[in-house]
Formats: sequence, C-alpha cells, structure tokens
Amino acid sequence: MKGSRAKSVLPGFGLSMGITVFYLCVMVLIPLSCVFLKTAELSWSEFWQTVTNPRVVASFRISFVTSFIAAFINLFFGLIIAWVLVRYRFPGKKIVDALVDLPFALPTAVAGVALTTIYAPNGWIGKLMEPLGFKIAFTPLGITIALMFIGLPFIIRTVQPVLQDMEQETEEAAVMLGAYRWRTFRKVVLPELVPALLTGFALAFARGVGEYGSVVFISGNMPMKTEIAPLLIMSQLEQFEYGKATAIALVMLVISFLMLLVINMVQWRVNRRVAAS
Amino acid sequence: MKKWNLIRSFAVLLIFSLALTACGSAGSNTNKSAGSGTTEQNSSATTETTADNTSEAKPPVELLNVSYDPTRELYVSFNEAFAAYWKNKTGQDVTIKQSHGGSGKQSLSVIGGLKADVVTLALGYDIDAIADKGLLNADWQTKFDLNSSPYTSTIVFLVRKGNPKGIKDWGDLVKPGVQVITPNPKTSGGARWNYLAAWGYAQKQDNNDEAKTLDFIKKLFKNVPVLDSGARGATTTFTERGIGDVLLAWENEAFLSQKELGDKFEIVYPSVSILAEPPVAVVDKVVDQKGTREVAEAYLEYLYTEEGQTIAAENFYRPTLQSVADKFKDQFKQLDLLTIDKDFGGWAEAQKKHFADGGTFDQIYQPGS
Repeated sequence: MKGSRAKSVLPGFGLSMGITVFYLCVMVLIPLSCVFLKTAELSWSEFWQTVTNPRVVASFRISFVTSFIAAFINLFFGLIIAWVLVRYRFPGKKIVDALVDLPFALPTAVAGVALTTIYAPNGWIGKLMEPLGFKIAFTPLGITIALMFIGLPFIIRTVQPVLQDMEQETEEAAVMLGAYRWRTFRKVVLPELVPALLTGFALAFARGVGEYGSVVFISGNMPMKTEIAPLLIMSQLEQFEYGKATAIALVMLVISFLMLLVINMVQWRVNRRVAAS
Repeated sequence: MKKWNLIRSFAVLLIFSLALTACGSAGSNTNKSAGSGTTEQNSSATTETTADNTSEAKPPVELLNVSYDPTRELYVSFNEAFAAYWKNKTGQDVTIKQSHGGSGKQSLSVIGGLKADVVTLALGYDIDAIADKGLLNADWQTKFDLNSSPYTSTIVFLVRKGNPKGIKDWGDLVKPGVQVITPNPKTSGGARWNYLAAWGYAQKQDNNDEAKTLDFIKKLFKNVPVLDSGARGATTTFTERGIGDVLLAWENEAFLSQKELGDKFEIVYPSVSILAEPPVAVVDKVVDQKGTREVAEAYLEYLYTEEGQTIAAENFYRPTLQSVADKFKDQFKQLDLLTIDKDFGGWAEAQKKHFADGGTFDQIYQPGS
C-alpha cells in the first residue's frame, strides 16, 4: 500500500477524493437536487395527480419501452459491428470506425430532422415501406429507430476494447479441444463480453429515456400514442408550471436510477461468476 | 482498510451538497436543470444588424430583441430600417441582435436571465409570465397603442394546389378522411390561436352549446395525425413531408410558404377566424440596468410608423395604420375576426379554460373519449 501511494501520479487519496466529491456535487448532485427542491413546491396530492395523469403515464411507458427495445436491438447489432471492427481487416476500416462515433457528435436535432426526412411517408425509406403497410415516422417505431441511432455507439464502444484484449488463443484452444464455433462463442467468448454488453446496454437505455431532440421530430407527438415524457416536461415548462415539470422529471429520475441499479446488480453477479470460473 | 478516509469524504460530500443546494435554489439555476436534455432542440439563433461604425457624440448602443419563430424575416428588414432612422435622428449607432425560437421557450429564456431589451412574442400570455417575475410592470400592455400590438395576423388554411379535398371552412375539417396539421397548443403559441379560432367558429355554429363545441374540437383533433411542437415544425410537416390535407397556419407563414414553394399550395380563408395580436414590450428591469430605455422605446414606437408598418405588411403581417392598410388591402382579405379579449375574456381566462392541465384541450385526449 505504502509503495503504491508513493508512485501515484495524483496527489494523495484525501485530496483526489475531495476533488472527486466536489466535482460530482457541482456537476451532478446539486443540479439533480434542484429537481427535488422544485418538486417540493407541490403538495403530495398535486404531485400524485401530475404523475398519475393518464397522459403522463402513457408517456412514461412509451419512453421506457422504446428505449428498452432500441437498446436491446442495438445489443445484437452493436456486438456484430464491434466484432467486425476488431477481428477483421478490410479497406476503409478506419472510416467505418470513425462513423460509429457520429451519433455522439451530431446535434440530436439534426439526427431527428434527417431521420424524419428519410422515414416520413414521402421519404426514401418511408416511401418503400408505405405500400407494405409499415408506417415508421410518427409511430412508436419511428421513436425506436431514433433511439437506436442515438444508442448504437454506446454498445460498440464498450464492447470493442474488451474484444480487443481477449486472447484469441483461448478460442483456438477451445477449437483444438473439439468445440464447434457456436459452442466456442457461447462458452468462451460470450461470458467475457457480458459485463461490457450490459454496461453498453445500460448506457444506451439511459440515453434513450432522456432523449428529446431527435425524437420530437420523428414521433409526431400524439398524446397517449407517441408523446414522450421529456416532451411533457417541456410542455409543462411552456405553461410556466415548474413544479409539475420537475415532478415528471423526478419520476423519470427515480425509475431510471432503479433500472440502472438492477442492471448494475446483474453485472456484479456476472462479473463474480466470470472471475470465479 | 481506509475506512476513516471514506467516512471523512462522505462527510465532506454531505456538507458540500447541503451548503450548495441551499444557495443553488435560485430560479435560473433550477430552470436549467429542469430543462436539461432539451437544449439541443432550442432553435433560437442570434443574428445581427450592424450600422456603420462612424464615431459620433453618443456611444454606440446595442439592443436585444427576443422574438418568436415566424418574425425572423420581418425583424431583419425592420432592424436595418430602424438603425438607419436612429442614426439619422440622433447620430447614435445602434446594433440590434435578434433571437428567435418558440414563443413560450423565448419567454422562459428571458425569465431565466436572457438580457432582452425588448420582447416581441406571439401571445400576451407569454409576456405576462415575464411580468409575473417582476421584470416589467403588470400593465405593460397599455404602454403602447392598440394593446401593444403594432401589427396583427390571423389564422388561415393552407391547402394543396387545386384544393383536392374541397376545404372551404372549419366545418370541412371534421369530415372523415381529412387530415389536419396543427402544432400542439401546449407547446406552441401559434397553435393556441388555431385552437381558439376553431373553438370560436364551433361556438357560433352551436349557439354556445359547450358540449357540442367540445365535440366539434374533438372530431377536429381526431383528424390530426401529427402534433408538432412549434409552428415552423408543423409547416415543415405539411410542405416538406407531404403529410395532411390542410395546415392551420399564421397568415404570414402561409404567405411565406406560398412565396418560397411557389404554386404547390393555396390559401383558403375560413368564414370566421381570430385576430391574432402578437404584442411587444420593453423589459423595464433590463433597459434600466443597461441604460437603453430611450432607444428601446423608440424602437418599438417605430413599429407604428409608416415605414415600420410597411415593412410589417411586406412581411405579411397585417398593418394597423390605416394609410398602410389601404395600400395593402388587396393582400389582406377582410374577415370576420374574433378577438381574445371580447370573445375569450383575455389570455388568463382562455389559458385556464382551454390549455391548463385538465382544460378543454386535455379532455380531447382523455382515454375513452
């Protein structure tokens, strides 16, 4: 312990921890505590009425369900893309690798406008889907697509480094011992990836729940059908109902926190199992 | 192993958060935290009009005009004209910055601390909200002529070329198979004018039978496939995305779409509409602090002059000065217009009845209705 402390680049634990705590307070804890404070303006019954309003409940359902589905779909495609990027060499690989980050960098409103243009009934893809009876823009499907766009880099970027560090010899050994490809993947590769996949899933999911910019354009904002919770927060603010707006925000905060907690707990479990084996 | 350190840091965390939340609960701060995640959407942009920078006795002055979306083109021309007029009159250079966005959002920004010298918004209600925070006097609407509304507008229908669905009046909008595009009254000032115009029409038809009126509005909104959050968004949905048969729009937006997109659209005037009065006001607290009261007041007064009125009319806002109105009378059709004060008892009343939580608009989307 002593030795490691002497070698540390950062000043001692006390000071580093102090900075950590201070920074977290200023950047995270205080802004979030304001949500609680503003909500406290409401009485219990007002609060309860606001958050159990059928429209608000419907918007929670839409926000969480579409985020979950989007993150889940990305789990598969993110893994495949990460796999291709790590395991194969091909021309233009650097460009593909850079493209992955684009959804991070793009202003979300730009993404929303672009996606709407493509998926609207008269857009490139929308036009092809319309005769088949698929409506994408202005339906929950459109919201899901916007959230898939936003969330994809999270999964790729968390899985990629783990795949990179994985020793291919283990897989080779498994094959030598007679395991088929699928079995090798399932028994050798996947268990090591699960923690990273879960992290990526949690990040993409959390991002999707709070997403506003890209969704308002493609969702159509129909009450009870495609209205997302962040839009209702905005609409309360436009009526200068700060308390009600933060009440909705508070419920989202609590649900998000609980879901992240559950995902983290699953991750700890998996981590321990992987470490044990 | 480092139990003591952990406890200590936890104590530090507690003290910090308590101390800082105590002083961090001021309005502007919370405003931002509640709106987090929404900032990307804020479409407000700032542009400048600069006059020549020749030095004169008085130092150059800068004004910020916080306005709503569809006035962008209007104020670009007006600012130039005013800067020239002011320079001519006083020898002082004036630079006017303009900021545009949804009316309600702009009002929130001013409440949140955006230093606007003047506000020129879509609804009196949005300026009332700023007055509530003490930034200007509650009687602001009496400071300038005509309810502080130098130019007016109204709500019209924009339909596709040839009017394939044969839409002539509000009654046609509730027919099955007609798709109506309007923004959401909860988030758009313009949409509130749309809603009230439709309400006013139905009320007349039904001899003030409120149940029937509500039924009409419900039917109308059943025909709305997309509720955009703002007026420009709804215009885009209709013109660019090709959705809907009719767009409920500000008259000036309808003219603009027609001008920009040529002969793909036609304007239809319903039998009844509403007199939309976008008001203007000087933000007292800000101008007194910055010492810009004189020029800010002159700026808004200039909107009422012959030149200001002509610029408004050229940008498709209805002029209120008779001489200019006469000149443009071919452009602006005379209509039977309801007013917010006479027919709806003012904004506070209309807001409470129709757009507040549980109001008539919310009842449309009540499950099972």
